Amino acid sequence: MISSERIPNNVDLGGNKRLQRALEHWQPKYLDWWREMGPQGFQQHHQVYLRTAVSVDAAGWAHFDYVKLPEYRWGIFLAEPTPQRKIGFGDFKGKDAWQEVPGEFRNPLRRLIVVQGDTEPASVEQQRELGQHCPSLYDLRNLFQVNVEEGRHLWAMVYLLHSYFGRDGRDEAEALLERNSGNADTPRMLEAFNEPIDTWLDFFAFTMFTDRDGKSQLLSLSESSLDPLARTTRFMLTEEAHHMFVGETGIARILERTCELMKESGFSGDVRRLGGIDIPLIQKFVNFWFSQSLDLHGSEVSSNAAAYFANGLKGRAEEDKYTDDHVLASDTYILDMLDESGRMSQQEVPMRNALNEVLRDWYVGDCQAGVDRWNKRVLEAHGMSERILLPSRKFNRRVGVYAGKHFDPLGHPISADEWERRNHEWLPTSADKAYLRSIQATPVFEPGKFANYIAPPARGINRQAIDFEYVRTEA
Amino acid sequence: MDHVAPSPSVSFETSPDRYRHWKLTFDGPVATLAMDVDEDAGLRPDDYKLKLNSYDLGVDIELADALQRLRFEHPEVHTVLLTSLKPRIFCAGANIFMLGTSGHGFKVNFCKFTNETRLGMEDMSANSGIKFLAAINGICAGGGYELALACDEIYLVDDGSAAVSLPETPLLGVLPGTGGLTRVVDKRKVRRDLADHFSTLTEGLRGKRAVEGRFVDAVCPTSQFKEAVEKRVQELAAMSDRPASGPGVTFGPLEPVIDGDTIRYKYVTGEIDRAKRLCALTISAPEAPQPTTPEAFLAAGDQSWAIRAFRELDDALLRMRLNEPEIGTVLLRATGDPQAVLDVDAALLAHKGHWLVREITGLIRRTLKRVDLTAKTFFALVEPGNAFAGTLFELVLAADRAYMLDDPDTPNHVQLSAVSGGLYPMSNGLTRLETRFLGEPESVGKALAHEGPFDAAGALEAGLVFSSPDDIDWDDEVRMAIEERVSFSPDALTGMEANLRFAGPETMETKIFGRLTAWQNWIFQRPNAVGERGALMVYGREGRPSFDWKRT
Repeated sequence: MISSERIPNNVDLGGNKRLQRALEHWQPKYLDWWREMGPQGFQQHHQVYLRTAVSVDAAGWAHFDYVKLPEYRWGIFLAEPTPQRKIGFGDFKGKDAWQEVPGEFRNPLRRLIVVQGDTEPASVEQQRELGQHCPSLYDLRNLFQVNVEEGRHLWAMVYLLHSYFGRDGRDEAEALLERNSGNADTPRMLEAFNEPIDTWLDFFAFTMFTDRDGKSQLLSLSESSLDPLARTTRFMLTEEAHHMFVGETGIARILERTCELMKESGFSGDVRRLGGIDIPLIQKFVNFWFSQSLDLHGSEVSSNAAAYFANGLKGRAEEDKYTDDHVLASDTYILDMLDESGRMSQQEVPMRNALNEVLRDWYVGDCQAGVDRWNKRVLEAHGMSERILLPSRKFNRRVGVYAGKHFDPLGHPISADEWERRNHEWLPTSADKAYLRSIQATPVFEPGKFANYIAPPARGINRQAIDFEYVRTEA
Repeated sequence: MDHVAPSPSVSFETSPDRYRHWKLTFDGPVATLAMDVDEDAGLRPDDYKLKLNSYDLGVDIELADALQRLRFEHPEVHTVLLTSLKPRIFCAGANIFMLGTSGHGFKVNFCKFTNETRLGMEDMSANSGIKFLAAINGICAGGGYELALACDEIYLVDDGSAAVSLPETPLLGVLPGTGGLTRVVDKRKVRRDLADHFSTLTEGLRGKRAVEGRFVDAVCPTSQFKEAVEKRVQELAAMSDRPASGPGVTFGPLEPVIDGDTIRYKYVTGEIDRAKRLCALTISAPEAPQPTTPEAFLAAGDQSWAIRAFRELDDALLRMRLNEPEIGTVLLRATGDPQAVLDVDAALLAHKGHWLVREITGLIRRTLKRVDLTAKTFFALVEPGNAFAGTLFELVLAADRAYMLDDPDTPNHVQLSAVSGGLYPMSNGLTRLETRFLGEPESVGKALAHEGPFDAAGALEAGLVFSSPDDIDWDDEVRMAIEERVSFSPDALTGMEANLRFAGPETMETKIFGRLTAWQNWIFQRPNAVGERGALMVYGREGRPSFDWKRT
């Protein structure tokens, strides 16, 4: 059952008895999980035009064909090795990268991999109802592409657990299937992955902002001294790019359609009357998912972050772009902190302790570039004066120094009363969600047709036409 | 990475013809062990002189050797008279200048060894039929009185000046750490306030007050002292069940071959990996038929496996403690035929009433305790071809963790014998099985009642090993466990292991190691003892110590 034919790989699965034995137990459980917790209603009778990675070279990593979801060939791929790779940062900088897990760092490395791994199936669970409300076959196919690749990313983490962490690793791999998003008893580890994603605006905002956190985490793990982890995550990044493309273009297409509807409505502003999604509502979802994803980066001052960096477990995103010594033993970082009376003050902290914030800086910059593209290419191009704003990183935080305090989206401190009074202006309300559910109530399954609230994409997938039958029903 | 060469090695082997500090004489059932320390023959003669019968590790190594020979070589000895050949000086205790100039680790090891030696005397009294009487002829301070406290009875000459004392606290700012405080209240059952007062008296107690407080058993005027002591040692000797005459078993030298980082005895091999800070310690089962009767044991002398292998293990442990402080983790293996070990067990159990067999099990028992008390991590690696059966299985139980390979293609077994049911109690008075299964006492009986060997799954199920990785996981599991272990703080590991190894009841022995020694080791690190103006440092040199007065 465990064969390189069924499981495309470049890790010598055929010659790896340990991995084969571990997967023999795990793979059937994974398939059970996929059928039970994966996309609802599209498992048995639908063929989806999907990209499958069958090798890591340019020809192989994007092989397109129709496939039934449970028959997707989840593979195990590591980016090609860098010969004689050296550790690029931290206290072991310059030494040989590790081809095996050093016993000293077994537990923190396992923890990093488990936390990363837990997010992958979580998003599949969060999105399992969305297919029933798709705005087009093109979007439905993209949803499933994201889903199967998140599943593959789970495989990637499970590969590491199975290959390098012994029995504990196998136990953790099983637990990754036992926790479920939103489950009261066994929830997913990170809060953002327990929120249901039941509207397509949520989905696009999630893939835009939360998958981008995934990207920054993967970038920092791809610097790791543990070479198999670095190579695994480097390959995952090639797939992650598509997920963010889905998010960014999804919201761009909604904005596009909103601009058209605004013109149709004669600038009365009442886009909802025409079944569209108004800009303030889009802004609320940006606010919500961006702030949630900021929390995923952890506390501003973190001893874990310092230890991960010092020990070479997790670097900064794009470590080689930094011009410092990559050791950071005595560097400092200026943080905006709150003093005891709640006033902002600038505080100097050791750089290593501030690396969560450094990664967050990278993340905010990457998000801002995407938001700028929306504003320039859509809103400005349509002559609109409205703009999407990335909220302040202080806004709506539950982790770190700003947690428990109140700020408006521009980062101005406000009272708890004012927060209570006004947060509905900034964050999605149940009425907002109800409206979104109402306009996506009827799915659009006709090739080339799109729901009223979203514009068609500029082009199709893999050079196919926009009206290509991306998902087809078996006779 | 550079490694500091090991500090000058201490050897624990000696023999009476080489003693510098003790005279061992025999008179029928009484052996006299008389202290006569050569003050110029300390281990570091340039740093200190062993004045007033004060002692260092070298003096104590001779004492330990003498005790071992009394046990094995002299079955006719029923009582030991411990005294001094120096006029009006019994023993002034551990040499203060030696302590003041020794590093922390050496001090700790010195105290541990002296404690084990004194507990060995009490072990002889309890198990070997050999009683001790201390005849105190003069100055008896600190470690000198602690040595007397390890005896069954203490006779003090009443000459108006001879006194027993524990002056460590008032004089040196440390504790009488060789069991003194513990034995005064736990063994001699001195009332607590009297003990408190005594422990702060520099000059100690003499005469009537010493005997009234139960600090000594008898005081006699100088003129009657010798006679009273002689009378009493004969009475004590009459209580023994040891044979009236020999022969005994003479202990020859072990003569290990040391080749670089490998030490090779007949049955024990230690191989050090300095880069990884590991020692692979392997003990092998007997390869030739072993004695099955007491007569055969006597005939085999010191070459029977049970004596030889455990003398070697004991020696290896002592060398590792003293000479290899940076080797923090010991990987225990046993090789050879497990049935050969079980056969030895059968002989030891069948003849456990015989004096020599009793001594052999005592040697094994004390050596296993030495493992328990060694401040290094022990991981037992149970692999196919192992000889962890019976007595050697006690090493698995003594280890902090045992990993047992579960390879379906290669049989791998361990086996218990009845020796684990009570022949080798730990210092807490329980067997290793009882200590291990404190929370599930029924598991003790189940393990002992199990017929035949356990395979890896069975041993794991029975709670006898920590982990049983399969052939695919084994290398990585074991490697990572070891790498992780050696990365932890050695101080924290020492404390952690010492706390986890001795579950269950307290005994005088566990109090000595767990309370007295632990506090002493704390005090030994504190500026009030070892700072520039610490009490231990200024003693005998200049003025008063200066203390940080804060208490916690």
